[in-house]
Formats: sequence, structure tokens, C-alpha cells
Amino acid sequence: MRNRGIELGVGVFMLVGMLSLAMLAISVSGLTLAKQEGSYKIYARFENAGGLTARSKVTMSGVAIGKVTNISIDRQKLMALVEMEINADVDYLTSDSSASILTAGLLGEKYVGITTGAADDEILKEGDFIEDTQSSLVLEELIGKFLFNQASE
Amino acid sequence: MQSVTANLALLGRSVLDRVAAIGRAGMVLMQAVIARPDPLTSFPLLVRQLYSVGVLSMVIIIVSGLFIGMVLALQGYTILVDYGTEQAVGQMVALSLVRELAPVVTALLFAGRAGSALTAEIGLMKTTEQLSSMEMIGVDPLRRIIAPRFWAGLICLPILTMIFSAVGIWGGMLVGVDWLGIYEGSFWANMQNSVDFFDDVLNGLIKSLVFGVVVTWVAVFQGYDSVPTSEGISQATTKTVVYSSLAVLGLDFILTALMFGDL
Repeated sequence: MRNRGIELGVGVFMLVGMLSLAMLAISVSGLTLAKQEGSYKIYARFENAGGLTARSKVTMSGVAIGKVTNISIDRQKLMALVEMEINADVDYLTSDSSASILTAGLLGEKYVGITTGAADDEILKEGDFIEDTQSSLVLEELIGKFLFNQASE
Repeated sequence: MQSVTANLALLGRSVLDRVAAIGRAGMVLMQAVIARPDPLTSFPLLVRQLYSVGVLSMVIIIVSGLFIGMVLALQGYTILVDYGTEQAVGQMVALSLVRELAPVVTALLFAGRAGSALTAEIGLMKTTEQLSSMEMIGVDPLRRIIAPRFWAGLICLPILTMIFSAVGIWGGMLVGVDWLGIYEGSFWANMQNSVDFFDDVLNGLIKSLVFGVVVTWVAVFQGYDSVPTSEGISQATTKTVVYSSLAVLGLDFILTALMFGDL
């Protein structure tokens, strides 16, 4: 009967391990079993993409609809080129949408916020660009502007 | 002049010995991995080893995971509260546990708790000539003794690491939420926003798998290759703990650079 005890112990051990993995997956990393329904890529050029990184969120009205996949320099326009992956079920981004780089909280992470426009007939597709963009807020530039205004008064 | 050549010869011999030891270690590993287990006889052996290597290590893993999670939350809180971002404690505890601390600390504890026991056991079998008696009656000791222990270590370490992370995060929550009064919703929300299942949890699992191979490999090899005296066993046990700890810490840096270097 000693063998039975060992088998029970090993069984409990395995179960606890699997439960831990499940807990890490579900409540720690927030993994959902919902099927990923594919995505499409859109691009936006920013004057300044400071603080934005790959894996940053892309949101619309505060709801995450995708993520940033790549940031590089556009060689022709010498601006930051941000590649975003938008979930396939988000099919209502109009071509005159605007994208801005926002900050979560005072010191929080940067993310891209998208606001849709009025052109209901033209929807952004794979490879399209968002033309209307607003760069991230750089504190030094703001202070510089403020000081400049003070001096000129 | 005579002593210079003698010293050179000594140096060369010790280098050659090391190289030969690495070769023997590789052969033991190959044979333990290749030795195709016969399911009927080797499954009970494996279960037995899982019990002694894994189940009996559970207590130390759970207790240390709990305390490390609690300490992380406490220290993180004292720093983050200065910036008014104490909600980020959950994120900090979860990321540092899942990515680094759980695989590394579990592997170190495992080397001390199970690795040394494996070495001592196999070393004593060799000293009391159980291994050679097995060979004499036609049982391959690599298949019968080494292989089940190796596989048991390989299976156990990732499981123990998962337990360590889960218990540690729970401990962090105990201190952060229940004691220091961080709002529970933002504690979990921050954590879920920052921890990615594939990038963080699975990479931690891969790390622990690599550590499992290294620690058990060192342990069984040191036992199998020990000098068959009581002093030899004690030296082999020490070597197991030292070598596997150093290997785990060194490999951890390399794996971290590979996995998280670009994040």
C-alpha cells in the first residue's frame, strides 16, 4: 500500500502544478480563451514617438483594439513610422481618423489613442495610413515653450 | 628545470581530466536520454523518483515562494508609495517572479534539496558496488538508475516553478492588498495589463525546463562519476550544489538576454 501513497502524492503534485499554471495564465496574465480573430495592420507617422514601444496598447475611447508592433523611421519624411495591429473585428475606423500618443496617468506608459472621423464611407484597411496624428507630449518641449512665451511677454 | 616540466605535465593532465569529465558527462546525458524506457517497468520507477524529487521538495518551494512574494510586495510598496503608484506593486511582483525569481530560486533550492540527494544516493550506490552488481546481472544502471532520475528532475522543476510563482504572487497579494491596503482591482488589473502569457509565463517555463536539464544532469553525473569513497561522495555532493548553482545563474543571464533583451 506504500506504492499507492506515492502515486497519490505524485498525482497531487501534478495537479497543484497544473492549477498554478492555470492561475498564472488566467488571473495573472489575463489570457482569454477567446479565439484571436486575426488582425490587420495600419500605419501612422508621428513627429515624435518618444516613449512608445512595441507591445504598447492601441485604444479607441479607452478600449484596447490592438497593439503597436513596430516603430521605425520613415526615411522619406524623416518621421517616426508606427506600425499598429488592429483586431479584425474593429472595422469602423474611418480614413479621416486621427491618432495621438497619450500617457496613462502622470508617469504611466504611453499608448496610441484613435478617434474616428466623419467619413463613414471610407474604412481603413490593411496597409492604410492615418494622416492626422498628434505626437507624444515631451515635457522638456513644453517647458521650453512656456519659458519662451514668458520671455517674449 | 625538472620541476617546470613536471608542473607543465600536471597542468596538462588536469586540463585533459576536465575535458574527459565533460565527455563522460555528455555520454551519461546521451545514454540517459536515449535509453528508451520500457513503459511497464520504468513507469513505476519514474513515479517513485517524481515522488522523492518533486513531492518532497514541495514544502520548501511553497514556503520560500510565499516569503519571497511577501518581501517583494513589502519592499516594492515602500519605494512605489513615494511616487503614489503603489498599485504597480502587483505588476512588479508578478513580472519579477514569473520572469526571473521563480525559475532561478526554484532551481537553486532544487539543486540544494533534490540535486544533492540524487548525487549522494547514486554515489553511495556506486561505493557499495550496487551499480557494478547491476551490470553483472545484466541490468543497465544508466537505464535503471540514471534515466528515471533525470526525467523526474526534468519534469519536476517546471512544475515546482509554476507553484513557486503562483504562491509568490498570492503572498504578494496578501501583503499588498490585505495588509498594506492597495486597492485589489487595480492590483490585479495592472498585473494583467503588463504580464503576457506567451512572453512572460511561457518564457519562464522554458527557463525552468533548461535549468531542470542542467541541475539534474550535473547531479546524476556527479553521483555516477564520484570517487567511490565516503570522502568522494561528500566532494561530489558539494560539487553538485556549487556547479549547478553557478550554471543556473550564468545560464539565467544568457536566457534573459535572449528572451527579454529587446523588450
